[in-house]
Amino acid sequence: MGRKLLLTHINEPGIHTLEVYRQKGGYRAVEKVLKQMTPDEVVEEVKKSGLRGRGGAGFPTGMKWSFLAKPEGVPRYLVCNGDESEPGTFKDRYLMTHIPHALIEGMIVSSYALGAHTSYIYVRGEMMPQIRILERAIQEAKAAGFLGQNIMSSGYNLEIYVQPGGGAYICGEETALLESLEGKRGNPRIKPPFPAIAGLYGCPTVVNNVESIAATVPIINDGGEEYAKIGIERSTGTKLISASGNIKNPGVYEIELGLPVEEFIYSDEYCGGMANGKRLKAVVAGGSSVPILPANLITTTAAGTARLMSYESLSDGGFQTGTMLGSGGFVAFDEDQCIVRNTWNFARFYHHESCGQCSPCREGTGWMEKVLHKIESGHGAQSDIDLLVDVAKKIEGNTICPLGDAAAWPVASAIRHFRDEFEWHIQHPGLAKTQNYGLAQYADPLQPIL
Amino acid sequence: MLSVKNNQEVQFSTALVASCEEIISRYPEGKQKSAMLPILHAVQAEIGWLPAAAMDHVAALLKVEPIEVYEVASFYTMYLLRPQGKFLLEVCRTGPCCLVGAEKIMDHLENRLGIKEGEITADGLFSWRGVECLAACGFGPVLQIGPAYTFYENLTTDSVDKLLESLTEQEKNIHHGA
Repeated sequence: MGRKLLLTHINEPGIHTLEVYRQKGGYRAVEKVLKQMTPDEVVEEVKKSGLRGRGGAGFPTGMKWSFLAKPEGVPRYLVCNGDESEPGTFKDRYLMTHIPHALIEGMIVSSYALGAHTSYIYVRGEMMPQIRILERAIQEAKAAGFLGQNIMSSGYNLEIYVQPGGGAYICGEETALLESLEGKRGNPRIKPPFPAIAGLYGCPTVVNNVESIAATVPIINDGGEEYAKIGIERSTGTKLISASGNIKNPGVYEIELGLPVEEFIYSDEYCGGMANGKRLKAVVAGGSSVPILPANLITTTAAGTARLMSYESLSDGGFQTGTMLGSGGFVAFDEDQCIVRNTWNFARFYHHESCGQCSPCREGTGWMEKVLHKIESGHGAQSDIDLLVDVAKKIEGNTICPLGDAAAWPVASAIRHFRDEFEWHIQHPGLAKTQNYGLAQYADPLQPIL
Repeated sequence: MLSVKNNQEVQFSTALVASCEEIISRYPEGKQKSAMLPILHAVQAEIGWLPAAAMDHVAALLKVEPIEVYEVASFYTMYLLRPQGKFLLEVCRTGPCCLVGAEKIMDHLENRLGIKEGEITADGLFSWRGVECLAACGFGPVLQIGPAYTFYENLTTDSVDKLLESLTEQEKNIHHGA
């Protein structure tokens, strides 16, 4: 059993209430920082922990905090990113639903470290039930004296508000999220200036993912050095993984970073292997934006070493043979799934979600969707495959925000690893409607084709 | 597109106006525009959709131009710019849910309700549409029903039938004054 830091008490009845949460040691971190630590000491502790942003980018949280500008007389803001819109990702929903106080406690610790007196938790609007849960948790925390004026007689004041989104993937991007929080369309801003200099209302702002903020609680309780002992290389601590697709046990798992991917997929402690006796065909390991990998490359790197659930190991091989940990949205595909159809589905998603500011993304995502639909519906031409690669290349790196890259990578990687399946679709349009290409040479490394 | 044809006179209830005022108080002085998204949700929860007249009302509350409300309401997919059935069933249609049968659920809804995506049943009770990833991939297929955004997970055609029946039944009871 791996160590758990965030989900330790997930099965405790009533853990969503302040009372039970406190019985299990909750709000110790708030007491510790307010009574024993300066804000800078809290920042140092988070730096020592090696915690990296859990939303997808993996940027060191402590370093992000240390970039925050602190001009005199200007308010600073902490904004929690609970937009959780990356397909394949549902860990933040799980955390907010079951242990809302873990986030509220982390918000207080983090706001204190940053010198913020008003903080917002931006939650996607579809999570209205979770918004109500968080609002109730905030009321409880306030009634218990953990929020409001002069918290625990420390002289520190803090209010936390929950802000609903309106249904837009792009608002998971931090500057689009800030625009949205200001009551505008979610169009990402050109950086620089970064939010640390000019964020919400033009003031210095830190935007952190739900899981990153919750992780500051065990970091403060146990110390940054203890946290850094868990994990491997620069992937310290634990990570929530959202597991979905054709596995036996879909759900949210807290893993110690460095767990072998093979163990994650096949161990009964985690995914429990593939459902219905099927074989593994492919995996999207870190949310829909990261490159898809065939079964053989997800469990072992191209160099033949066991692939681990860590930032470094998953990206081993670059985009040629590797992928990314991303948000930890782990989607497993069995042998009956069609890569062409899934790629078209993702392309349609990105086209739908492009904010429309940058032409390469606005137009390119639409082109990719149309060309993929053409292939999927049996009207593709051989040249369409290269056309897709060409369009993807022209989007990548040419947009204000990473949505363009996020749209290009799944298409480019699907063609890189499953080109023969695309060709088969084009050559056998009739057959492709009634049959599946299956595993071909992408055999499950654990169960050879009979 | 704003629905001008379906526009209707609106009056906000006292409770809604009070709720709008509370929402505005969450932001610093002069930053009341931040209340836009939560207020639009509150208005939609009361009216069922966002007629242009309601958005004009929101503009006045927030001291912004009406266009600033329209451009927001038309950007975000949750805001409904035309009337829908009383229950709008929103089925996740993104990749992970499709791996576990979301497309079958949408086909089933279309057949069972006898309406295409975006249409309203003759009795005015139901509409349905496909929406993008709802962050519930491990429990797919899923659908949600506003304004509370109640979730229905691990859907099967049978569980969808039961859901439709129970919503119809619930509605009958209201009309019989139960």
